[in-house]
Amino acid sequence: MEEASKQLGKFGEDAKVLAGGHSLIPLMRLRLAQPTALVDINGIKELDHIKEDGSKLRIGALTRHVTLQNSNVVKDKLPLLAEVAGEVGDNQVRNMGTIGGVVAHADAAGDYPTIALMLDAEIVTNRRTIAAKDFFTDIFTTPLEADEIVTEVVFPVANGPHKYIKFRRRLFDWAIVGAAAQKMNGGWRIGLTNVGSTPVRAKAVEEALQKGAKPEEAAQHASDGLDPAGDLRASPEYKKHLARVLTKRAINQAEGRQ
Amino acid sequence: MAVTQLVGAKIHRREDPRLITGHGHYIDDFTRQGAAYAAFVRSPFAHARIKRIDITDASKAPGVVGVFTARDFKGQLAGTHPAAPAFVAEKKYIPERFPIAEKEVCYQGEIVAAVLADSKAQAADAANLIQVEYDELPAVMDLEKALDAKSPKAHEGAADNISWDLTYTGPEVTEAAFKEADVVVKERILQNRLAPVPMEPRGVLAEYETYDKKLTIWMSSQNPHFIRLFVSGSMGLKESQVRVISPDVGGGFGSKISPYPEDYLVPALSRLSERPVKWIETRTESMQNATHGRGQFYDVEVAAKKDGTLLGMRMTQYLDVGAYCGTFSAFQACACLMAGGAYKWKGISARTIGILTNRVPTDPYRGAGRPEATHLVERMVDLVAGQLKLDPVAIRRKNFIQPKEFPYTQNFGLVVDSGDYEKSLDRALELAGYDELRKKQADLRKQGRYFGIGLSTWIELCGFGPSAATAPATGGIALVESAQVRVTPTGSVIVYTGTHAHGQGHETTFSQIVADQLGVPYESVELRHGDTAEGTSFGYGTYGSRSLAVGGVAVSKAVGKVIDKGKKLAAHMLEAAEEDIVFERGSFHVKGSPDKSKAFGEVAFASYGMNLPEGMEQGLEAVAYFDPPNLVWPFGAHVAVVEIDAETGHVQLEKYVAVDDCGNIINPMIVDGQIHGGVAQAIAQALYEEVVYDEETGQLKTGTLLDYSIPGIGEIPAMSLDHTVTPSPTNDLGVKGIGEAGTIAASAAVINAVCDALSPLGIKHVDMPASPDRLWNMMKGARK
Repeated sequence: MEEASKQLGKFGEDAKVLAGGHSLIPLMRLRLAQPTALVDINGIKELDHIKEDGSKLRIGALTRHVTLQNSNVVKDKLPLLAEVAGEVGDNQVRNMGTIGGVVAHADAAGDYPTIALMLDAEIVTNRRTIAAKDFFTDIFTTPLEADEIVTEVVFPVANGPHKYIKFRRRLFDWAIVGAAAQKMNGGWRIGLTNVGSTPVRAKAVEEALQKGAKPEEAAQHASDGLDPAGDLRASPEYKKHLARVLTKRAINQAEGRQ
Repeated sequence: MAVTQLVGAKIHRREDPRLITGHGHYIDDFTRQGAAYAAFVRSPFAHARIKRIDITDASKAPGVVGVFTARDFKGQLAGTHPAAPAFVAEKKYIPERFPIAEKEVCYQGEIVAAVLADSKAQAADAANLIQVEYDELPAVMDLEKALDAKSPKAHEGAADNISWDLTYTGPEVTEAAFKEADVVVKERILQNRLAPVPMEPRGVLAEYETYDKKLTIWMSSQNPHFIRLFVSGSMGLKESQVRVISPDVGGGFGSKISPYPEDYLVPALSRLSERPVKWIETRTESMQNATHGRGQFYDVEVAAKKDGTLLGMRMTQYLDVGAYCGTFSAFQACACLMAGGAYKWKGISARTIGILTNRVPTDPYRGAGRPEATHLVERMVDLVAGQLKLDPVAIRRKNFIQPKEFPYTQNFGLVVDSGDYEKSLDRALELAGYDELRKKQADLRKQGRYFGIGLSTWIELCGFGPSAATAPATGGIALVESAQVRVTPTGSVIVYTGTHAHGQGHETTFSQIVADQLGVPYESVELRHGDTAEGTSFGYGTYGSRSLAVGGVAVSKAVGKVIDKGKKLAAHMLEAAEEDIVFERGSFHVKGSPDKSKAFGEVAFASYGMNLPEGMEQGLEAVAYFDPPNLVWPFGAHVAVVEIDAETGHVQLEKYVAVDDCGNIINPMIVDGQIHGGVAQAIAQALYEEVVYDEETGQLKTGTLLDYSIPGIGEIPAMSLDHTVTPSPTNDLGVKGIGEAGTIAASAAVINAVCDALSPLGIKHVDMPASPDRLWNMMKGARK
């Protein structure tokens, strides 16, 4: 770890950490990223772990999607995360891609950042611990320093009703919009994927539910304050509409209703 | 045909073990000692003037062998890109096209410079160092605006943007029909532009031998002999000096028929540098440069009687030619000639307009014109049915060409060889459980759910083609097909065909035919293709579902010649009269005396010996060409069932039924595979895929497979398939093509189902792709 950090420090902003490579390598192929050095952390075995720690679940940064998807500990302590992992990309992506890579890449279309944000997870680096709400500051932007490496993502244990709905054209696509619902400590946590430059926690929905609103009423607040960019797959209006519809469905399905 | 065992059998493709285990030989698996690698600098603009190209930095980059611009190729290559007349004999304007731009670039991706380096990476790096200064020009993107006299031109200085404007039949032929009509239904129907996206992009490896003046080209092509013709001509070589080898080809879908700039530039670079030169297309280059398909819209009017009798159709095709006229782009005008579909019409008025824009050229893409025709007529028939409140099944039955009417001369004088449209429709409805589906639909509609059933009773013309029809359409070379059958002394058989497979399984099906006809083991038949140095002197390639119906028949004819010679020799060996020799199941025997016989292998061995009849030469081999008397006309009926999510607009394909008729079937497994793939490709057009350019700047927005949505296994439903068999009278095998059928049929079935599902909202027509955001918008608008 020390060596990795030192190498990153040496090459500065032009260096990139190589974990699973499933976002970085495609960017390099398109020459959208042209790092002068890649620091491969795949040999740092202590970054590949899933540990129960009281009311917390500590996930090593190098943990692959496929490991999360199949882990009995994750399925038991935070089943939402196992389900989300199973919906990332295709088999090839899940065999290589890592949770630390997704979090550090901070793509608003990534699924884990939404879960991390809505559950108040912590991002641990070789230097400090950063709350998820302070970590995803803008699109592809985090407070990570050039020589800082994500080592762990720490989630609270939550195994109540939950659901993640990833709306997409194709099975292996990114979410056009994603909505997550997790019941926790008597309340709801609601998160949204790909509706802005960062993941979104839909607090207005959470509060409405707290006040006893029905899911379909509460979900109307899912688009409060959203200003998503349009793209080839969806207009901003459609994304806001999906945020409301998917939030309603996620809550209902979490509770076993259709 | 003799009683057979192999023809009609579900034999596993002999190609598959090597292809699915990674042991195939695709273009990137080849190299030559000392090869240099080419990289091309391409225009980032849709339309611009080239002001200056600075190659200083690139020339000094590590490993660079040379940097080349248009000037360097002027002495190497001559002529312009070939544009065959196809179905539009007289074109108004075919812009000159040299493989590399000198003064003006007309689409994003057009080549402006080439770099040769010792490695692929060095070539790519050096290409990035070339500085090109451009003056941007307005891009012509919108088809209707492009027709306006005041529109900017896709090529500077051109009089207009019209490549062709041809009226096949004027409004006068439909005047009576429209006068008689109780209803007239009008619609504008879009055909989304599609990228072919073969799994294997293109690639060229060329080696010019300076002292022998011989050129060998390895490339991924559907059409190696035509490439030899074009490239030798452009390079000032004789065809005999050029050898084109197209090994395993990982898909083409039409995009590997016509020549491309790189097909000329890479061989020219080899001659210039005196080194073998290799270039492999990247996926982004493929999205940018491989000829696109469709990219059209149609204005259509249909006149009908109250009882659903179809009377007349008036249609105009507006076709986006792209920046240059593709070699076979005018073939897509066959959509006009096929617009009548499976039905009888008093008259059809048809006009096609080919419009130049600043996009990559269009050219045939699986189906080429025929999917567009099916989509158009099947949509219009449903619109008429909707207007008259008739069941879509009933209106089709009422207007079908009837079995007893074949051969049927349709409105444009084409002769439909055979068909039984109601039979395939009946079977499809039975498989789908049509009446049950309508009941289910009624129930679900009460619950506010959007459930739809769509039909497509499609027909196709393929198997190009009779010399009389195709020689004028290609500019002189008739699309017949050649074959050579060589029998070795030990009785094994090597078959050469002028067609070439890029996924069709010819090695299997053609061997099935030959093994049966010669009565030899399937394993002793070897099919070879794709190398212009082997087999017959010219082959015509694979496209337009022609390989079996033309090439397979040529093979069969060559086998017939071998058998004829075998009979002569067997008669000599058996001391019998030639006319008394019968050939059956691999054995020549004397009529009435089955004991007096010689096995095929014995005769083969004897043919290379000394005891031959007077005047007979040694050897057992034959060449045959087949010039079909007509095209072949497959048909079928497809049923798609969808449910649309009322809140999100997502289309769920609940069921897909396809009953197809391609005449006699050689290998049912391969036929089913072709239907699966073809239907998937049309579902892709109907629901997922669309090439999108920025309408102002002409920038390609769908340049990667992330943005260009090819559906995968998760999106394509399991299909119920069946076949009816109506043999073609056009050829001895009784076969019709099947390679494009699924694609020709399915987009109409899917979109008809979508429109049927949304009909309670008053939505009549939906354009492709019926993506969730598009449907959500339409549903929202309709509910207001």
